[in-house]
Amino acid sequence: MTPGPVAPARGAPRRRGLTERVIFLGPGLLYLVVFFLVPLAIIAGISFLERGRFGGIVFAPTLDNFARALDPIYLRVLTSSIGLALVTTILALFLGYLTAWGIARLPRRWRTIALILVVLPFWTNFLIRTYAWIVILNSQGPLNGALVGLGVIAQPLELLYTPGAVVAGLLYAYLPLMILPLYAAIERLDPELREAAANLGATPIRVFLTITLPQTLPGVIIGSIFVFVPSLGNFIVPELLGGGKLIMVGNLIRDQFLKARDWPFGSVLALAVIAALAVLLVVQAQVSRRTATTTAPGA
Amino acid sequence: MTALVSIDRVSRRFGDVIALDDVSLVIRENEFFALLGPSGCGKTTLLRILAGFETVDAGAVTLAGADLLPIPPHRRPINLMFQSYALFPHLSVERNVAYGLEREGRPKDEIRDRVAEVLATVGITETARRRPSQLSGGQRQRVALARAIVKRPRLLLLDEPLSALDRQVRGEMQLELKRLQHEVGITFVVVTHDQEEAMSMADRIAVLDHGRVQQVDAPVELYDRPGTLFVARFIGSNNLFHGTAVGGGVEVPVLGVLPGTAHTDPPSAGARAVLAVRPEHLVLDDAVPLVRGTVAETTFKGGMSTLAVDVPDYPMPVIVTQPGATRIERGTAVGLRWDAARAVVLRG
Amino acid sequence: MRRLGWLAVPLGATMAFLYLPMLVLVVMSFNASGTPYTWTGFTLGWYGELAGNAQILVGLVNTLIVATGATAGSVVLGTLLAIGLDRYVRRSILDALAIGPAIAPDIVMAIGLLALFATLGMTLGLHSVLLAHIVFGTALVAAVVKARLGHTDPSLEEASRDLGATATETFFRITVPTLAPAIVAGALLVFTLSMDEFVIAFFTNGPSTPTLPIVIYSMVRFGVTPEINALATILLLLTFTIVIAAQRLTGLGGSAE
Repeated sequence: MTPGPVAPARGAPRRRGLTERVIFLGPGLLYLVVFFLVPLAIIAGISFLERGRFGGIVFAPTLDNFARALDPIYLRVLTSSIGLALVTTILALFLGYLTAWGIARLPRRWRTIALILVVLPFWTNFLIRTYAWIVILNSQGPLNGALVGLGVIAQPLELLYTPGAVVAGLLYAYLPLMILPLYAAIERLDPELREAAANLGATPIRVFLTITLPQTLPGVIIGSIFVFVPSLGNFIVPELLGGGKLIMVGNLIRDQFLKARDWPFGSVLALAVIAALAVLLVVQAQVSRRTATTTAPGA
Repeated sequence: MTALVSIDRVSRRFGDVIALDDVSLVIRENEFFALLGPSGCGKTTLLRILAGFETVDAGAVTLAGADLLPIPPHRRPINLMFQSYALFPHLSVERNVAYGLEREGRPKDEIRDRVAEVLATVGITETARRRPSQLSGGQRQRVALARAIVKRPRLLLLDEPLSALDRQVRGEMQLELKRLQHEVGITFVVVTHDQEEAMSMADRIAVLDHGRVQQVDAPVELYDRPGTLFVARFIGSNNLFHGTAVGGGVEVPVLGVLPGTAHTDPPSAGARAVLAVRPEHLVLDDAVPLVRGTVAETTFKGGMSTLAVDVPDYPMPVIVTQPGATRIERGTAVGLRWDAARAVVLRG
Repeated sequence: MRRLGWLAVPLGATMAFLYLPMLVLVVMSFNASGTPYTWTGFTLGWYGELAGNAQILVGLVNTLIVATGATAGSVVLGTLLAIGLDRYVRRSILDALAIGPAIAPDIVMAIGLLALFATLGMTLGLHSVLLAHIVFGTALVAAVVKARLGHTDPSLEEASRDLGATATETFFRITVPTLAPAIVAGALLVFTLSMDEFVIAFFTNGPSTPTLPIVIYSMVRFGVTPEINALATILLLLTFTIVIAAQRLTGLGGSAE
C-alpha cells in the first residue's frame, strides 16, 4: 500500500502499536526462529565440526567434511541423484505443461474440479502412494500382468528396483506440484499476444518458443523447483522402489544421521541440497523480474 | 447555530507528502457540512482524524468545547459511515445495527426497540434478518447508515457516501440523506469529491486542495463568489481571463480591461489576477460588447444551449450558455457583455 | 473457451497416472486372495484384520495425538502470525520466514530439528514430533489465513472500533469470525499433513511411540501385506474428505462467501 496523501495508515498511536505487534507477531516468529532457523544454523555449524569417536560431535573446526563430499564415491551419488531428479523434473515438465494447458482450456467449472483432482493425491500419505507402485511394478503385479496378457511381452519384466521405478515414484509424488504453478502461469497468458504473433507470420512452433514459453517461464521454474529439490532430498522412494541398490543424497543423509552417526558429514550433504534450492530460487527471482509483462489496462 | 466541532490549525504529513497544512474549520451544531475537494486534497485524512483513526502532527480539535484528540475512537461520540460500508459479513442486518448498542451495554429490550426504530427510519425493516451479502448496494448503504445513527452520535461522518451507487439511486439518496439529517437532528459531515453532490446536500462546504482550506461557505456563496482561483475552477464551470489587477477589473493583454468585482482577499493593483465569469452570466450584445469573437460550436442539451466562442488572440474559447435553443449559427460574429457585479476578480 | 482437442490425451493420461495406482490399492483391499495379484473374490476380511492389528492401532492413536496437538498449536500461532504480518509488516523478509518451513526440503528440516533436540539434550518422543509438526503447520495456517486477509475489507475492524468496541472485543467478535473459514481450512490441512507426515516424524520420534506412517513404513519395507491395502483405502478416503471440505471453506471454486 503506497501512502498517498489520503492513504490511512492503520492508525493506532505508537505505544499501543508495539504491544499489539508483539502479541501477534511474537509467538509465531519466535517459534519459527527457534524451531526453523536455529536448526538450519546448527546444521550449517555442524558441517564444520568433527565427528566424535562414538558418534558425537567434537568441537574442532575442520573442512574435512567438505573435502570428503568431493570424494568420487560421494560425488557419484550426488551426480546420480541430480541426474534422477533432473529426469524426473523434465518428465514432470513435459507432462505437466500439457496437462496444465489442457486444464486451462476447460470450461470454468470443470477447471476447478480438474485442479482439485490434481491436488488431491498430493495430500495423501506419501508412503501409501509409493507403496502403490510397489504393488503395480511387482513382477507379479498388474502392470506386468497387463503387458503379458496383451501379448506385448512373454515374460514379466523386472520393473521394480530400477532407476525407472525410482523416477516413476518421484514423478508420481511431485507431479501435482509442477502442474499448479504451470497452470497459474498459463491461465494468465494473454491470447492476443499469440494471435498478434501469428498474424505477423509466426508458425505455431515459433509462437510457442518465442511468446508462450518465455511468458510462462517463471511458472516453469517454480514448478521445477518444487519437483527437483524434493526429489533430490527424497530417501523413501529410492529405498522402497530402488531396493537399496540406488542410493541418492537423501539416503546418504539418512544413513549418516541414523546409522553411521556422522552428523557433520550428513550436514554437509544437507547443505548441498539447500545450496541447490538457493541457486534455483535466485534463478527464479531473476527470471520473474525479467519476464514481468506489461499489458494494456482492461486487458 | 452554535459551534460543535472546532478544528484548529491541524497539520498532518505522511512521509514527504503533506496531507493537511494548517487547517482550521468550525462545524456547527445540526448542520450538514461537506468537505469537498479532488482526491489527495486531505479531506479523508481530516475525516479520519475526527473519527480517531489518524493522529495529528500539530493542532487541536475540540468537540463541544472538550479536547477530542486524546479520546480513542471507541469512546468518541462520533460515528463513521465507511465508503465500503464495512458491514460485518457474518452478522445479520439486525445484529450489525445492534452491534454499537451492545458495546454500550444497553439492555436487550432497549436495543431491540431502537434497532427496529432506526431500520424503519431508513426504510429497510424487511431486511432485518438477512445477511449483507444478500442485499443490494442501496440497501447495504442504508444498513451502514442505520448502524451509525442508532447510537445517536453527536457527529456523523460519511466517507464518500454516494460514490458506490449508480446514477439514479444516487439522486434519490441525496434527498434521503438530507431528509434524514433533519429528521434525526444529527450534525453530518460528508466527504466527497463530487461538487454537484456537495452543492445539493450541504448547508456549508469547505473546499480543500492539497491540504489547505480554500474557502468555507454556503453553496450559493461558493458559486457566486469564489474566493480563490481553485474554487472558481472547481465549482461549476467558469470562463477565466488572466491578466493584471486594475481598479474595477482585470487588464487582459489584447482584450483590454475587463470589468469585475473583487470580494475577499483582493489582489493588489498591478498584481497578477484572474477574472472569472460564469457562462450563464454572459450576454450576447453586438452593440456594446466587452469582447468580440466568432461562434465555433453550438450544442443543445437539457434545455440549454452552449456556445463556444473563439476570441482572437485568446487561447481558450469562451463558453456562453443560454436557456432554450439558439438560432445562432457557427461562424457568426458575436459580441459578449456581462455585468461587472457578476464577474469575480481573483488572485492569479 | 477454446476447444480441448488433442490436449485431452495428456490430460486424461495424467489423471489416469495419478489415480490408477490408488484405484489398484482400493480394489486390492477387497481382494480375498493372500497375494494381491490374483483375484479370488470380494471380502471385507482385511479390514477386519486391520482392526485387530495392535501395531497399527497404536500408531493410529499416536498419530491422532500428534495431529490434534499440532493442529491446535499451528492454528493459534499461524493465525496470530498471519494477522500480524498483514497488519504490520511491509518488508518481505518476514514473509519469507513465515513461508520458509513450507518450502524447505523435509529431510533438511528433519535433521535440523534432530540436531536441535540433541543439542538441547531432549529425549525424543511424541512431544518432539509435535514440536516439529507445529513448525510447518504454523507456516501453512499462516499462508492460508493471510491469503484470506488479502480479500477482507480492512475497514471492518475500524468500523467495530468506531461503534464502541475495544481492540480485544474487535478481535474476538469481528476479526476471528470473519477469518473463521480460512482458519478451519488451515486446521484441516494441517491435520491431514500431520497425519501423513513421515520424514520429519521418522527423525524426531522416539523408538517406542511410532506414528502411523512410521508403522506403515516398517510394514512396507518387508513387502506387500493385504492389511496395508485396507489401511491405505481408509486413509485415502479420509484425506479426500478432509481436503474437499477445506476447499469448500476457502472457496477455491468460489463457494464460500
